[in-house]
Amino acid sequence: MSQLLQHLINGLASGTIYALVALGYTMVYGVLKLINFAHGDVMMVGVYMGYATAFALGREAQRSLWGVVVIFAVAMGGCALLGFLIERFAYRPLREKPRLTALITAIGISFALSYGFQLDIGFLPGASPRAFPEVIVPTEWFIVGDRDVVVWNWQVISFLIAVSLMGALQFLVYRTRFGKAMRAVSWDHRTAALMGIPTDRIIALTFMLSSALAAGAGLLYAIKDTSVSPLMGLYVGLKAFVAAVIGGIGNVPGAVVGALLLGLVEEFVVGYAASTWRDAVAFGFLILVLLVKPGGLFGRVAAEKV
Amino acid sequence: MATPGATTLSDDTGPIPPALRGILPVLLALPVLALAEWTLGASPFATYLLSVVGVNIILAVSLNIVNGMTGQFSIGHAGFMAVGAYIAGVTSLSLKEIGIPGVPVAVSDQLLFVEALLAGGVSAALCGFLVGLPSLRLRGDYLAIVTLGFGEIIRVFVQNTEAFGRALGLSGIPQYSSVAMVYFWVFLVVLVARRIAGSSHGRSLWAIREDEVAAEAMGVDTTGYKVRAFVISSFFAGIAGGLFAHFVPIINPGSFTFVKSMEIVVMVVLGGLGSTTGAIVAAIFLTLLPEGLRSLFGAMGAEGSLAQKVDQIRMPVYGILLVVLMLARPQGLFGTKELWDVLPRWLPRKKKGLT
Repeated sequence: MSQLLQHLINGLASGTIYALVALGYTMVYGVLKLINFAHGDVMMVGVYMGYATAFALGREAQRSLWGVVVIFAVAMGGCALLGFLIERFAYRPLREKPRLTALITAIGISFALSYGFQLDIGFLPGASPRAFPEVIVPTEWFIVGDRDVVVWNWQVISFLIAVSLMGALQFLVYRTRFGKAMRAVSWDHRTAALMGIPTDRIIALTFMLSSALAAGAGLLYAIKDTSVSPLMGLYVGLKAFVAAVIGGIGNVPGAVVGALLLGLVEEFVVGYAASTWRDAVAFGFLILVLLVKPGGLFGRVAAEKV
Repeated sequence: MATPGATTLSDDTGPIPPALRGILPVLLALPVLALAEWTLGASPFATYLLSVVGVNIILAVSLNIVNGMTGQFSIGHAGFMAVGAYIAGVTSLSLKEIGIPGVPVAVSDQLLFVEALLAGGVSAALCGFLVGLPSLRLRGDYLAIVTLGFGEIIRVFVQNTEAFGRALGLSGIPQYSSVAMVYFWVFLVVLVARRIAGSSHGRSLWAIREDEVAAEAMGVDTTGYKVRAFVISSFFAGIAGGLFAHFVPIINPGSFTFVKSMEIVVMVVLGGLGSTTGAIVAAIFLTLLPEGLRSLFGAMGAEGSLAQKVDQIRMPVYGILLVVLMLARPQGLFGTKELWDVLPRWLPRKKKGLT
């Protein structure tokens, strides 16, 4: 029983992180109908930005509250800029071209980032994973019985950060003018443009928002894993994508539910079956969902209109 | 857009009867291959290089059936290659001691080799069916993710299975492969790809590529055609894997990563989505270029690390190449044309028909 509880806690902790990344996929898919393959790799770049900032701050400062805030701010701001640049120079010129070209571009960017960061030329970090500094010094906050169930402080903190970021996003999408414009673009971007909505700006802002969220999530993931590597974007990004599809891609609450579900399933497979199969679980799950309910749990398969 | 298959359909009045035309390239090629085999016998490196080029051509041409002709986007071709390589490898290993009675050892070996190859190809095709059916019912983007995931599942599966040698890989697979055998399959895959492109099946694929909704409205069973194209493509990827397993000393999960898949994707995109000869040219170019650079830097002497860097730099360059191609020349080198369509005027051209 206590084992079950422990797995539940761990699963929720990683699920909330997947959720933040999954939200990025879902938002971009919502406005552009494009699977942003490079999303996970933008996240990885953000983590490296945070890593560099943490080092620049030094050992003492990086553990203080303002240090953590600076690390998150630099990573999220830098990623927002990166997301903007990618959208402006790679995706926008292709918006009216066949969708395949945008998909290939996204795959190309993803590949260039994840393998470019494996070079050890100039500022690039090289292929080997590096230890991420202990920005949040791990301490056990709640212990039940004889270490039957342990809740770490970073689990609670990352859960809180993730939930508050999601809350902020919910507010932004459903309560602000920008959110309304974004939903309008997602519904029909041509009509939205006719109604005077600056679609280009909305799409750029959506990219910046999703990239910033990804950077935040990436930092939480790096703190959890205490490591950062150029390939983390590929794996975390793929799992988050799977989560978005499970929830129904384009559906914001669906992405969160899908991510929590995936986090739990993965944790239970690692806990009760074999930990080496961990990476295969998400994809097996994806194929199952596509077979049984291709629209995802909350999505619906709409016929394409011409 | 000109129907790319039209050239093959039109000239039914040539000097060669249509029935013979299909197998003619193979008949012509066999003596050339035998000659190549005989002259290259002395140089293991040239044999190896030619085999790698051949395997890459098979992979690129077969991927082109899905990514180019059908307009779907698979990025897990290495996964199917892995299935073929491991199944063929294990089959050959278990049949190693057995000979077919009544025939010379060499012939029996080659027969068993073909059998192992077919086992690998059919298993890969089966995997292609299992992967393709759920994902091809949806739009092309899903196929990209699912095939990528499939490559990962295969890697995890192999690493956890004793029979496949886990992470260490399989070694001791009899080295049955020869240049002639590799290029026999190259001709076969090119033949199949060209015949598909010119057939009514191919026209349905082109229709799906151009506009899936319109194709469906015209009564094309889109899912069926997509799945069939994908299964054929997977079969040849499996064959390529089987060939690969029989001329490299050891296969391990590291040979069939996402990097390999991307390499094939870049070949297809660079050659031109939908152009079989484009895929061939790009496959030859992209296989020989790193080799050439490596030996060039090696020959320049002291900078030994530079030669190693070629492999590292190749990957991000492929990524950037994809982006630049999409922005500047999304149709690749040849677009949907074939080599003979873009040849200069003074060279013999195929008649344009059915216009």
